[in-house]
Amino acid sequence: MAISRIIGSAALVVALAAPALAQDNPAVGARQGQFKLYGHNLAVLGGMAQGRMEYDAAMAQTAADNLFHITRHDQSRLWPEGTDSSTIMETRAKAEIWENLDDFTAKFVALQEASAGLQDVAGNGLDALRPAVGAVGQACGACHEDYREES
Amino acid sequence: MKRAAYLVLALGLLGGAAAWFVTRPVTLPATVSARLGGDAQAGERIFLAGGCASCHMGTEDGADHKVLRGGAEFQTQFGTFYAPNISPDPDHGIGGWTQAEFLNAVMRGVSPAGQHYYPAFPYASYAKADPQDMADLYAYMMTLPADATPSRAHDLGFPFNIRRSVGVWKALFVDHDWVVTGDLTAQETEGRYLAEALAHCAECHTPRNALGGIDTARWLQGAPNPSGSGRIPPIAGEAFSWSAFDISAYLESGFTPSFDVAGGSMAKVIANLGQLDKPELDAIAAYILRAGRE
Ligand code: HEC
Ligand code: HEC
Ligand code: HEC
Repeated sequence: MAISRIIGSAALVVALAAPALAQDNPAVGARQGQFKLYGHNLAVLGGMAQGRMEYDAAMAQTAADNLFHITRHDQSRLWPEGTDSSTIMETRAKAEIWENLDDFTAKFVALQEASAGLQDVAGNGLDALRPAVGAVGQACGACHEDYREES
Repeated sequence: MKRAAYLVLALGLLGGAAAWFVTRPVTLPATVSARLGGDAQAGERIFLAGGCASCHMGTEDGADHKVLRGGAEFQTQFGTFYAPNISPDPDHGIGGWTQAEFLNAVMRGVSPAGQHYYPAFPYASYAKADPQDMADLYAYMMTLPADATPSRAHDLGFPFNIRRSVGVWKALFVDHDWVVTGDLTAQETEGRYLAEALAHCAECHTPRNALGGIDTARWLQGAPNPSGSGRIPPIAGEAFSWSAFDISAYLESGFTPSFDVAGGSMAKVIANLGQLDKPELDAIAAYILRAGRE
């Protein structure tokens, strides 16, 4: 089960190595959009975990299903070389991503795993939800720590 | 003529003597440390709030926060600093240090050999701490695993490679008084202690002047990132509108109010502070909001 869920990550590694395209690449806006959707769904899951809103099993499950699927979005066309923050103003993606593609990919896979864990328990009550949301947050933060420019 | 020359010489000597005096390393009174017993268990909280591991742990992915072998790199306008090994190894760490030597390093920026430390080590913040807390921290750190990795020498040009010159910086910028003063609530006062003396939020979130001194007039109003191209966001002033709940939740989990997740050097701050008790994070949040109203 878990293995089938992280399928697609191997394709990511290969695709990340694909050669560069030009500046003002539409990939930048697209990948930022995918991250906004992560936050959009976490607003429900994290909002419930933090007590900003009432826990609702069906809503939590829907948001966790969404996050599960969005984190499976194939990354191959989202990270062309030359779209780092030293080249393009609009991005916070650090050049280090392209120097450490294996590690960057591993951090994506870690997020896929954490979101699978969250999908499994999101409908099972607040006590089950909380640590699983925490694990997703850790996976997000581990990548932002190394690969995202400070605001 | 001759007399004028003597006068100049005398003044020069006097100036030199004054400079020598001003830049001398000043330690804590010996009586301060001698009286204190350390409680290792209480020291863990100081270790987390002070964020010692953020700088002194190993740099590899998944490095243990309790193995303080050093190695982190800090690029500044003055050169590159490397955090030293401060594990209890007797040869490469601080295992051979007395409690008094430790307190002088952390609270006065003075080494056991009587030299100044560079302010990349945020002792100007720790100077405001309660010596008892630092004695507890010493006891705690001596229980951590020893590691024999040698410390790396800093990479600095003249005149910054002369430690004595740090004395000028200290004389100008080390101030043992609180920045946010006035009629604080008990919670704000607790938060001020945690934020100003231990967690050193201002070392990153406040801009510095040309000499590297923190510009207290723009306290917590955001700053360029010293080693990178990004900016460290403001947490005071008009550009910052989070609630106490938002700040405390962020320090606990890294989630912003819009459910983005903290990154950069803030990630390690949160890895440490997230282990404190919730009322302590609420106190920091109360202080931050208070500082923003000053
Ligand atoms: C493998 C690395 C990685 C992981 C995992 C990751 N992020 Fe990001 N995130 C980035 C990078 C790189 C950027 C900067 C993208 C850019 O500006 O081009 C970013 C940007 C963002 C942004 C800003 C988007 C914008 O508006 O520009 C948000 C919000 C965000 N991430 C949220 C999340 C959340 C929530 C998670 C976890 C559910 C997460 N990220 C996981 C690497 C990652
Ligand atoms: C080592 C440097 C450092 C220290 C120390 C530090 N911060 Fe930060 N802080 C940052 C950086 C860098 C960011 C931007 C994080 C990002 O890019 O995701 C940040 C972001 C924040 C934010 C989010 C602001 C926003 O608008 O997104 C808050 C709130 C915050 N810090 C509060 C604090 C508090 C309170 C303290 C002290 C208890 C503190 N910080 C100590 C570097 C630091
Ligand atoms: C922002 C990074 C940073 C933080 C946080 C930090 N240090 Fe350091 N520390 C340094 C640097 C850089 C040096 C080297 C200073 C020098 O050589 O002048 C240093 C030096 C030291 C030394 C002297 C070691 C020696 O071999 O002479 C001690 C002891 C020490 N730190 C203890 C601590 C403790 C305890 C804490 C937490 C309360 C802490 N540090 C937090 C960066 C940091």
